[in-house]
Amino acid sequence: MAHVQSLPPLDIQRAPEGGEVGQVQSGWRLAVREFSRNKLAVAGLAILVFFVLFCFAGPLVYHSDVLNSNLQAVNLPPGSPGHPLGTDGQGFDELGLLMTGGQAALEVGFFAAFIAIVIGTLFGAISGLAGGVLDGTMMRVVDIFLSIPFLFVVLIVAVRYGSTVLSLSLIIGAFTWLVPARLVRGEVLTLRVRDFVSAAKVAGAGRWRLINRHLIPNALGTIIVNVTFQVADAILAVSYVGFLGYGLHYPHQDWGDMLSNGTTYMLDGYWWLIYPVGACIVLVVMACNLIGDALRDSLDVRLRRR
Amino acid sequence: MTTYLLRRIAISIVVVVGVSIFIFALLHVIFPSPAIVVLGVKANRVAIAAWDKANGFDRPWFAQYLHYMNGLVHGNLGYSYKVNQSVTALFGERWARSLYLSGISLLIAVVIAIPLGIFQAVRRNTIGDYTLTAAAFTVYAMPVFFLGLILIQVFALTFPIFGFEASQSTSLWAVMTDWHDMTLPIATLVFITVASFSRYMRSTAMDTLAQDYIKAARAKGLPERLVLWRHLLRNACLPMITLIGLSIPVLLAGNLITETLFNYQGLGLLFFSSLNTEDYNVLLAYTLLGAVLTVVGNLVADMSLTIADPRIRLA
Repeated sequence: MAHVQSLPPLDIQRAPEGGEVGQVQSGWRLAVREFSRNKLAVAGLAILVFFVLFCFAGPLVYHSDVLNSNLQAVNLPPGSPGHPLGTDGQGFDELGLLMTGGQAALEVGFFAAFIAIVIGTLFGAISGLAGGVLDGTMMRVVDIFLSIPFLFVVLIVAVRYGSTVLSLSLIIGAFTWLVPARLVRGEVLTLRVRDFVSAAKVAGAGRWRLINRHLIPNALGTIIVNVTFQVADAILAVSYVGFLGYGLHYPHQDWGDMLSNGTTYMLDGYWWLIYPVGACIVLVVMACNLIGDALRDSLDVRLRRR
Repeated sequence: MTTYLLRRIAISIVVVVGVSIFIFALLHVIFPSPAIVVLGVKANRVAIAAWDKANGFDRPWFAQYLHYMNGLVHGNLGYSYKVNQSVTALFGERWARSLYLSGISLLIAVVIAIPLGIFQAVRRNTIGDYTLTAAAFTVYAMPVFFLGLILIQVFALTFPIFGFEASQSTSLWAVMTDWHDMTLPIATLVFITVASFSRYMRSTAMDTLAQDYIKAARAKGLPERLVLWRHLLRNACLPMITLIGLSIPVLLAGNLITETLFNYQGLGLLFFSSLNTEDYNVLLAYTLLGAVLTVVGNLVADMSLTIADPRIRLA
């Protein structure tokens, strides 16, 4: 019998170190990181936060009277004692007016965008998932409402029923849900053929569960981008309605109404009644547009830098 | 191609009918009958009811709708009880002026936006591109009337070069040749339109520049000027066709805000004064006109794009 050579000693080589395992990066975290790299977007976010604080927390810090007119202090220029931005034609402090006027603009902007998104998302998701005749009919309804010049209908309703924050938000929301509906329908059409939807269907998910748990969360990127643009459009729409004279009136304020009143003093050279208000509108709308553009870029996987 | 065309036209007709039903129903809810306007605010209910019956306002709203649509098809847009004129006559006075203002602004804006967008794409990420993008972004975020106010302040009040009110002449030729008064309204519209058009133009031109045929043309030794002129320009203009088609409703329905700001006697100002006097027949006709033009504009945009772009294959 041959001598069985003993096997060489077992030399188990350790597996090479894999290195540090980083924290799992979820899709949202990557998007947030991408967003924060875009300096303009961060500036836009800062501007928006500043205006929210300015309009809602400002009046708590800076006390001014925008309800009782003071005819001894009419049309004072900026720098007058007690009135950093001057006063308007009824003696109201301009800075206080900016703060309270902005409340209406921001409230209508966010509320109208919220209404539009909720209605539009549900409509688009149901339409996209259902398909067939129901889908065709629902999209024809969207086409019909899209053809209606929305500013005209807003003005007509405002003339007849008066304007409050609630009525303006409802009517603006009632006409701007169309674009999110179309976008969400497009996303749902892309998503419904994916495997996870088929898996959910096989597992017995009903239509509502599919919409709520699977389709809408995955379409959330498009929805969020659209929300920011809806807010910008709603604030512009409110300023148009206010400028034409159908916005909120005393004792409420809104920026469009302030601009409209200020225009009567243009030839007198009272610039502080016009340009600060206009600058506020432009800054808020620009901030929303910047945030929306950056969100669109950061949620698009193809554009992401590694 | 023809089946696609016919299908699109059929869908457009359905949409127009749907829009007209909705708008008519909306206005019927808001303003059921002009009896109070005609008879005076102190008219009693019996008189109002009698007037309604005599003029067909007590019929069910769908019957009134059919009657209105019948009139519409025959060119009768309704009657304004506040100014005692037919709506067709009111529109007839003003549509040419609105068309001129919107048309010349659109033309100038397209002529400016195309080279501007191409310039921004060719010289991307340089100072020129950044400045123009920033300017376009700021103007895009501005309400139209604020831009108009700034232009009035700078060019009509501080440096009195132009007039701050648009030409009030009733003669279209006088309006067209009055550069002193018409420059600012046209400039306001042009800036706003260029701001949005040049954004599209820039991104389309950037996409087109990345295409292989541009590379091939450059590799063949074609001078850059000809590359831009022969290849880039034609292909980058395609979205502009869609944008122009989508601007058609504004062309005729008038630019509400600009006309109000500059007091230009066009269809937009007519809408605004009808709002103030609550002249609902004019408002109804105007909104319907806007809606029909939107549908027509979409149809024209789709059709022109299909004709212009041979890559679009129709099912």
